[in-house]
Amino acid sequence: MPRRKGAPEVNAGSMADIAFLLLIFFLVTTTIETDAGLDRMLPPMEPPEEDVVIKQKNIFTVNINKNGQLLVEDELMDLKGLRKAAMDFLENGADGSCNYCQGRKDPASSDNPSKAIISLKNDRETKYSTYITVQNELVGAYNDLRNREASKLYGRDFTDMEAEYLNPETPSSVRDDLKDKVKRVQDMFPQKLSEAETSTN
Amino acid sequence: MAKFAKKKDGDLPAVSTASLPDIVFMLLFFFMTVTTMKDSSLLVENTLPNATEIKKLEKKDRVIYIYVGKPTQEYQKVFGTEPKIQLNDKFANVDEVGSYILAERAKKPQELQNVLTTALKVDKNANMGLIADIKQQLREVNALKVNYTTYEGNAFNNLQ
Repeated sequence: MPRRKGAPEVNAGSMADIAFLLLIFFLVTTTIETDAGLDRMLPPMEPPEEDVVIKQKNIFTVNINKNGQLLVEDELMDLKGLRKAAMDFLENGADGSCNYCQGRKDPASSDNPSKAIISLKNDRETKYSTYITVQNELVGAYNDLRNREASKLYGRDFTDMEAEYLNPETPSSVRDDLKDKVKRVQDMFPQKLSEAETSTN
Repeated sequence: MAKFAKKKDGDLPAVSTASLPDIVFMLLFFFMTVTTMKDSSLLVENTLPNATEIKKLEKKDRVIYIYVGKPTQEYQKVFGTEPKIQLNDKFANVDEVGSYILAERAKKPQELQNVLTTALKVDKNANMGLIADIKQQLREVNALKVNYTTYEGNAFNNLQ
């Protein structure tokens, strides 16, 4: 009886072909996309227990009509000026208790960033793209102010820190460290953006 | 004299293809890991607006999608050209949004049910009236975290 040789060698020549086939399949079906967008919180259904009295000067009203025109604090405004106007309002600091604000301390505008509220109203026929642009500018106003304070305190942008904090791949030790920083900057300019129900006229 | 044998002319050395499978496998694994299969086909036009101040939607399992837009060409005969809502694979009315959210929420594991985000993928030509109705529905079922999904880009391009 002849001695058996070792296991016969498998021909691996077609391995590449098989791999290519799979590769092409995944290439075709792949869509590399992570969705991104503007995060917002809707107001809860139940109204708060007690009525809060808010001074008119602490509210920054933005109205969008059906033609996409803006009425900001009862004045017609171009969309490009909205971010600046919102920033001026937020960091006005009329009561002088806000030591990091660089506003004009105009007594007719907001007292303090923690009291300042932006109220956004829109028409039912307003186009969605206009609405998103306005939202983007208002969120941008908050982000610009927060970035400024964050780079003063920690030497980096707030949006950058927040993105790292929210990223699930960030190690938890780094995240714990970032949590306090993010919270602190958020509290300097808390986002108070109220959206009333849309008007029909 | 001819210590060094002269190479024969016109004879290219063969390139070894032995590592080709390795390279291809590497690519294959890359695409396998980044692939996400498309789960519902779009029945509506869905050109999202642009924005700059965006945040990424991490963790796909915590997101419920709502599509809004004009029906695509093939459905326009039946459904008209007014913007409609698409939930999963079919068109829906505004009053179905609430029950859809509740049904989707019930499908998720318990620990995720409180951290769900609703991603609104709305065509930029839709009107706010429909969005306001959807928002009202979301408030009624207490799905308060929303994400207006957009492309990254200059927001002022929306206005043209």
